[in-house]
Amino acid sequence: MMNETKDFLERPGTIRALWLLLWAICGLTVGLEFFFERRPHFDIDGFFGFSAVLGFVACALLILLAKLLGFALKRKENYYD
Amino acid sequence: MTELHPGFLLLVGSLLVPLLRGNLRSWYVILLPAAAFYLITRLEPGLSWQAHFFGYDLTFLRVDKLSKIFAYIFALNGFAAFIYAFYLKDSTQHVAALLYIGSALGAVFAGDLVSLYFFWEVMAISSTFLILARRTPAALGAGYRYVLVHIFGGLCLLAGILLYIQDTGSVAFVAITARNPATYLMLLGILVNAAAPPLSAWLSDAYPEATVTGGVILSAYTTKTAVYTLIRGFPGWEILIVVGCLMTLYGIIYALLENDMRRILAYSIINQVGFMVTGVGIGTAMALNGAAAHAFAHIIYKALLWMSAGAVLHMTGRSKCTELGGLYKTMPLTLLCGVIGALAISSFPGTSGFTTKSLIIEGAMHEHLFWPWLVLEIASAGVFLHAGIKFPYFVFFAKDKGLRPGETNRPMLVAMGFLAFLCIFLGLYPEPLYNLLPYEMEPFHAYSLAHVTTQLQLLMFSALVFFLFLPLLKRTETIALDTDWFYRRGGRLFSAGLDRGLNGLNRLAERVFIDGLVRGVSHLVQDGPARLATLFMGPVWAVSGFSASRKREERQKLTQRFASGGLSAGLISLAIIVCAGLLFLFAGSR
Repeated sequence: MMNETKDFLERPGTIRALWLLLWAICGLTVGLEFFFERRPHFDIDGFFGFSAVLGFVACALLILLAKLLGFALKRKENYYD
Repeated sequence: MTELHPGFLLLVGSLLVPLLRGNLRSWYVILLPAAAFYLITRLEPGLSWQAHFFGYDLTFLRVDKLSKIFAYIFALNGFAAFIYAFYLKDSTQHVAALLYIGSALGAVFAGDLVSLYFFWEVMAISSTFLILARRTPAALGAGYRYVLVHIFGGLCLLAGILLYIQDTGSVAFVAITARNPATYLMLLGILVNAAAPPLSAWLSDAYPEATVTGGVILSAYTTKTAVYTLIRGFPGWEILIVVGCLMTLYGIIYALLENDMRRILAYSIINQVGFMVTGVGIGTAMALNGAAAHAFAHIIYKALLWMSAGAVLHMTGRSKCTELGGLYKTMPLTLLCGVIGALAISSFPGTSGFTTKSLIIEGAMHEHLFWPWLVLEIASAGVFLHAGIKFPYFVFFAKDKGLRPGETNRPMLVAMGFLAFLCIFLGLYPEPLYNLLPYEMEPFHAYSLAHVTTQLQLLMFSALVFFLFLPLLKRTETIALDTDWFYRRGGRLFSAGLDRGLNGLNRLAERVFIDGLVRGVSHLVQDGPARLATLFMGPVWAVSGFSASRKREERQKLTQRFASGGLSAGLISLAIIVCAGLLFLFAGSR
């Protein structure tokens, strides 16, 4: 393993490029919103970049909630044995 | 009658499986669902087969657009699953799978509640064998719990059906509007099969313990037959909106906590069925069509995800995220198919999830249901998190565990390729699916710049959160307690509690009553007369001037005589006379 050259996806340069790509795509999806008019159905979904904010906040909260519940619910794998 | 019942074809066809061997058997089980698919295309809406049984008119075959769309996907998925299982040499699994798929077709074509119940139970029993067939102790335990939960659900459904028939005098299975104990019992029984929490733990407990192909087959039928039954019987029941929204979030939270890849996929079934149940609860034509369309698309991409996880399990023998990673190097095709399934389940534009789930969310918007809409949007973001990225990331990328298994066998790859193609085909060209939808609605166009962009915003920012929060998502070798705790551990605790409580009470009662009271009474009866006599003789001996040692001797003699019953009749009569005399004296002095 140690002698094996690092795979393309494992090189630090690639990982940094992938991070940049992810941020760029996120920026692009928000930027695209300049090209159409939002048609809100409710009070809160009319502002610029609503879906981006919702996606970010919702996922952050879900992960934190799961993490918190994990303290109460996680058990060793042989719990039921 | 020129038409054949597609379900009966599989049920009867399964009987021949044990007689066939090798590749012939594999081809035979692939052709059966293909033939069933052909039969479904031949069924004209409005057709029905009726029979008179037990004083009721039973309808074994009711053909309309709703039953047909589910039948199509059931047959199609069976076809793909048997290609996947080409090298499986276990005829028990083939027979069980055919009975399971056949009875699922029987359930969606059943026009009355009695035959619906019959096929419902055949499904529960035959599917159990797909779990037991793995023959591990964990699978045996999970299969046993699985069948018990389904017997409970089936009994709720049966009780509801019997009360309903008594109420209405009709066995016809049509949309139910009355809200009474009978219909709520039926709903409860159906929700057990739809895996609605807290009645959902059977799914995440049992499916991951099934065989490699068993998991693929199980993922499609039980929950989606329940979705069909809800669309047919309970459209517009508002409580289903609450149940469905709860399911979507519940599935995500548990999938995030989970380490086993197939258990992650099991929890994401609960999440996805939640979208469909919410659609049924909304109850408009668009939302009901959305539930049916999403069930159709879901069966395809979910089977694809189970197939790619199954291929990994088949090649490595492992299914825990902590033991997997770096497989992209040697299983690129499995990865590709898995990613297509993961994108489809996340409703990525260009995949079947995008063209079907949008119908449900649009349905909620049109009805101005703010909270359900918000929960569905949040859950859509969460799906990408737990199934869209987490599953492929931890299995195929993440930390390389040095596994170099190589690609799986060709039939498995062909089956995955077929379903992956369907995911993208229905994503780019959904009209064939929309034409199958059961209810009339305005034409729906999923692709607009606004819709695609907002969906991409939602998903890409979910992806961003996933990688930013990666340290919090580190996999641990743990399980997460679910409601099955109550019958796995709770049952044991209950029994131990009863043991302590009741047996303790028993021991206490024994000490007090048997040891204490009874012995006391027995002592009183045995020794009482001797003590009384000693008491009585004490003054006599004192007056006679006996020494202390002589007194003790006399007392022992007296006790012995009482114990051995050797007391002379003369002495007793003397005592009686003396007692009577004393009584007479006391009475007289008053």
